Amino acid sequence: METILEMRNITKTFPGVKALNNVNLDVRKGEIHALVGENGAGKSTLMKVLSGVYPHGSYEGEIFYNGQEQHFRGISDSEKQGIIIIHQELALVPLLSIAENIFLGNEPSKFGIIDWHIAENRTRELLAKVGLKEDPLTLITNLGVGKQQLVEIAKALSKDVELLILDEPTASLNENDSDALLALLLEFKAHGISSILISHKLNEVGKVADRITVLRDGATIETLDKQDISEDRIVTSMVGRQLADRFPQREPNIGEVVFEVKDWVVHHHIHSERTVINGINLNVRRGEVVGIAGLMGAGRTEFAMSVFGKAYGRNISGEVFIKGRQVDVSTIGKAIDNGIAYVTEDRKTYGLNLIDHIKHNTTIANLNGVSHNGVIDDMAELKVANEYRRKTNIRSSSIYQKTGNLSGGNQQKVVLSKWLFANPDLLILDEPTRGIDVGAKYEIYTIINQLVSEGKSVLMISSEMPELLGVCDRIYVMNQGRLVGEMPASEASQEKIMRAIIRAEGKAS
Amino acid sequence: MTIETAATQGKKDLATNGSALKGNYREYGLVLALILIMIFFQYTTSGVLFKPVNLTNLVLQNSYIIIMALGMLLVIVAGHIDLSVGSVSGFIGGLAAVMMVRWQIHYIPATILCLIMGGAIGAAQGYWIAYHKIPSFIVTLAGMLVFRGLALWLLGGQSVGPFPPQFQLLSSGFIPDFFGYPGFNVTSMLVGIILVALMIYFSVRGRAKREKHGYQGEPFTLFVAKNLIIAGIVLFLTYLLSSYKGLPNVLIVMSLLIALFVFVTKRMTVGRRIYAMGGNEKAAKLSGIMTERLTFLTFVNMGVLAALAGLIFAARLNTATPKAGLGFELDVIAAVFIGGASAMGGVGQVMGAVIGAFIMGVMNNGMSIMGVNIDWQQVIKGLVLLAAVIFDVYNKNKA
Repeated sequence: METILEMRNITKTFPGVKALNNVNLDVRKGEIHALVGENGAGKSTLMKVLSGVYPHGSYEGEIFYNGQEQHFRGISDSEKQGIIIIHQELALVPLLSIAENIFLGNEPSKFGIIDWHIAENRTRELLAKVGLKEDPLTLITNLGVGKQQLVEIAKALSKDVELLILDEPTASLNENDSDALLALLLEFKAHGISSILISHKLNEVGKVADRITVLRDGATIETLDKQDISEDRIVTSMVGRQLADRFPQREPNIGEVVFEVKDWVVHHHIHSERTVINGINLNVRRGEVVGIAGLMGAGRTEFAMSVFGKAYGRNISGEVFIKGRQVDVSTIGKAIDNGIAYVTEDRKTYGLNLIDHIKHNTTIANLNGVSHNGVIDDMAELKVANEYRRKTNIRSSSIYQKTGNLSGGNQQKVVLSKWLFANPDLLILDEPTRGIDVGAKYEIYTIINQLVSEGKSVLMISSEMPELLGVCDRIYVMNQGRLVGEMPASEASQEKIMRAIIRAEGKAS
Repeated sequence: MTIETAATQGKKDLATNGSALKGNYREYGLVLALILIMIFFQYTTSGVLFKPVNLTNLVLQNSYIIIMALGMLLVIVAGHIDLSVGSVSGFIGGLAAVMMVRWQIHYIPATILCLIMGGAIGAAQGYWIAYHKIPSFIVTLAGMLVFRGLALWLLGGQSVGPFPPQFQLLSSGFIPDFFGYPGFNVTSMLVGIILVALMIYFSVRGRAKREKHGYQGEPFTLFVAKNLIIAGIVLFLTYLLSSYKGLPNVLIVMSLLIALFVFVTKRMTVGRRIYAMGGNEKAAKLSGIMTERLTFLTFVNMGVLAALAGLIFAARLNTATPKAGLGFELDVIAAVFIGGASAMGGVGQVMGAVIGAFIMGVMNNGMSIMGVNIDWQQVIKGLVLLAAVIFDVYNKNKA
C-alpha cells in the first residue's frame, strides 16, 4: 500500500523540555492510523508539528507528504495539501450558523460577495455525507457536542481532505455518538481518505484502527499491525514499566476523621433546577489519601469546588465538619481559613498568575502568613518562597522566574506550594497530574506522600484509575452526582470501579 | 535530560536574584529617557527648561496629572480603565467653586466634602463594574458624559471664582521660609537635604537587612552609584526650586502621595492582591481574594484622587470653568502606559507612571517654549506613546 505521510526523526524542544525525540510516523493511503500514549507523551505536539502550528524550522526532522518534502509555515499551508486537524477543543464560532462555520475563511464568493445559495447547498451535501440531519442555518450553539463534532468533520470535507487528524474526538461523546463517528471514519476509509486517530479509549482503537503507533515520553516506542493489537500489548508499550514502579511506596498511618461532608446537595450554576450533586456523604481521615473515581461529568470537580467556598453551584445545602466541628465554607476565604485548600484541574486558568513570578504566586493564598498589619515582610516572603521551591523541587532559574515560562509539571508544583503554604488540614487535588510528564508525576506523588506523613489529609480526584489505585488508601466512586461505591485501595481494581459505575448507570436509566 | 538541568539549576538556587534586577532595567531606561528628553529641551530652549521659574511651573502644571496617574495605575493594573477622571475632576472643581464662592462654605469642610463626593462617584461607577461585571470602558465612558454634563449644569455654563486665598495656596503656595535669606528659600533646601538623608538611610538599612538574611542585592558599586545619582538629582532640583520661591505646597502633597502609593503597591498585601487580580482574576478569586470588593475600592480610590486633582486645578486657575479637566483622562492614561503598564492588567509600577507623566509634561512644556504649534504637539505626543508601548511589547516578545 502507498504511503501518504512520513515523518522522520522529528525532534521538538521547548525551554527545559524535549517534547519529541526522534519520532517517526508513517501513514498509508486509506488507513486509519491510531496514535496512543499517556498524557504528555507528545501526541498533540507531533500533530502540531505536522499541521504547521509549530512552523518549519522550529523543530528538527523531515516531513514527507505524497512523496514530497514539506515545509509547512502555518495551518493554511498544511490545509492546502489536504491535511486537516480537528482539535479536542472544537474551533467553531458558537453564534454563527453551520453553513457560515463550514465556509469560514473559505467562502464561495465572487468579487468578495458571498454566494450564500451555493454555500447552503454545499453544506446540505456535506451534512448528508456525515449523516447529520440539521438545517445549514442552525446556529452552532444550539447543537450538542456530538453534532458539533460532525460539523467539524463536514468542514474538513469541504476542504477536500486527504488526511484527517482527530484529537480525542470521542472524549466528550456518549456511546451512540462515538459509534456513529467511528463508523464515519470507516466510511471515509472506503473512499480513500486516511485518518490519524488520537485516543485514550483502547477499545475504540482496537475496533477501527489498521495500525497503531505508541508514543512514550516523546519517543516512538513501536508501530503495531492490526493482527498484533491487543489491549495488554498496547498498555505495556504505553506505560513501559510495571505499575509498582510508577508510584512511590508509603506506609499508611491513618488517624481520626479530619474532614466530613454530610448530605451535600448542589444545583447547577445556571440551570438552578438541575441537581448536580445529590446527597453526598464522605469523610477523610488524618494521614489518609482518599480518591474519587468517576467518568467525565460525574460531578467530581463540581463537588470539590462547591465545598471550597461555593466556588461552583447554587442552592447548596449540607454540612461540612473539620475535626468534628461544623464549619462555614460559604466563601473561599472562609474555606481557606477553616483549613481547606483546592488545587484546580486547570492550573493555567484557575491556578496561577502566569505573568508573575514564583515568589508572588507562592504566597498569594496566605499573604497574612508573611505580613504584619497588611505590610508584607520581604525577608519572610523570600524565605518562604525559597523553602517551598526546594520542598516541591521546582526547576527554575530562581524564585523570580515567571510561572508562565515553566513546564506543566513545575507549574503544578508552584500551585501545590501555594496551597501547602496556606497550611490546610485537607488538600483537595483535582487531576493533579493532568498534562504533565511521567517524571514530574512521580514527584507529585512523592509530595502527596510527604504531606500525609506529616499528618495532613488529601482528597484526590483523578480520571486515571491506575493513579488512584497507586496513590490512594481508600476510593469513592462517583456517578451522576452520587457516590455509588467505596472501597479500600487494597481491594479496589479498575474492573471493580468500572463495575460500580456501570451498575449505577443501569439503575439510573 | 531534565534531571541534569535540575541538578545544575539547583546549585544556583538562593543568591542569584538576576531576574529581579532585570525587571528594574525598564525603570532605569525610563529615567534615562526622561533625562535625555530634559537635556534635549534644555538645549533647544536655550536653557529655559531648567530655569527655576520654569521648573516650578512644570511641577504646578503636572501635579494633577500625576496625582490622577497614581489612581489610574491601580485601575489599569487591576485590568480596568477609567475614562471619566477628566470630567469628574472638572465637576468637583465646579462643586468646590459653588460651595466656596456661591454658598460661602468654609474652605476646609468644602474640600473634605469634595473629596467625599469624589469617592462617592468612584463608588457609583465601581459598583457596576465590580458587582455587575459591566465593562469599565462603558461605565466610565458613561461617567465621562454624565459628569461633563453635570459640571456644565452646576456652573450654568459660566466660570465661577475667585476662590478664598487660603484655598488658592493649595496650588500657588510654597512652603514658608523661616530664615528670610533673600533670594533663597533655606527651609526648602533643608527639607530637600533631610529627604535625601532619609532616603539613603532607608536604602542602606534595607540592604543591610537583606545581607543579614543571606540574600545578595545588586552589586555594591551599582548600589552606591544609584543612590548617589538619585541624591544628586533631588538635591539639584531642590536647589533650583529653592532659588526661586521654594518647594510648592502641591509638590509636597504629590510627593507624599507618590511615597504612599509606592509603599502600598510594593509592600502591602492590598497592593499585591490588585496585581494578582489583574494578572489572573479567576486564580486570584480561588486564592481567597475578594476580587469584587477590591475592584470596587480601586475605583473609589480613583474617584478621591480625581477629586483632589480637580481641586488643585481649580485652585491653580483660581476659577472653576465648565471646560476644566477636558481631555485630562487621555494624558493620565498615556502617562500610565508610557510608564510601562500593560493594557491586559497585572503589570505596571507607580514610579513608572510618575516618570511617564513627567515625560509627557516635559514634552508639553518644552515644545510650548520652543513655539511648536499645539497641533504638532499632539502628533508628537501620540507618536511617543505609541513608540513607548511598541518598545515594551517588542522587549517582552524578545524575552
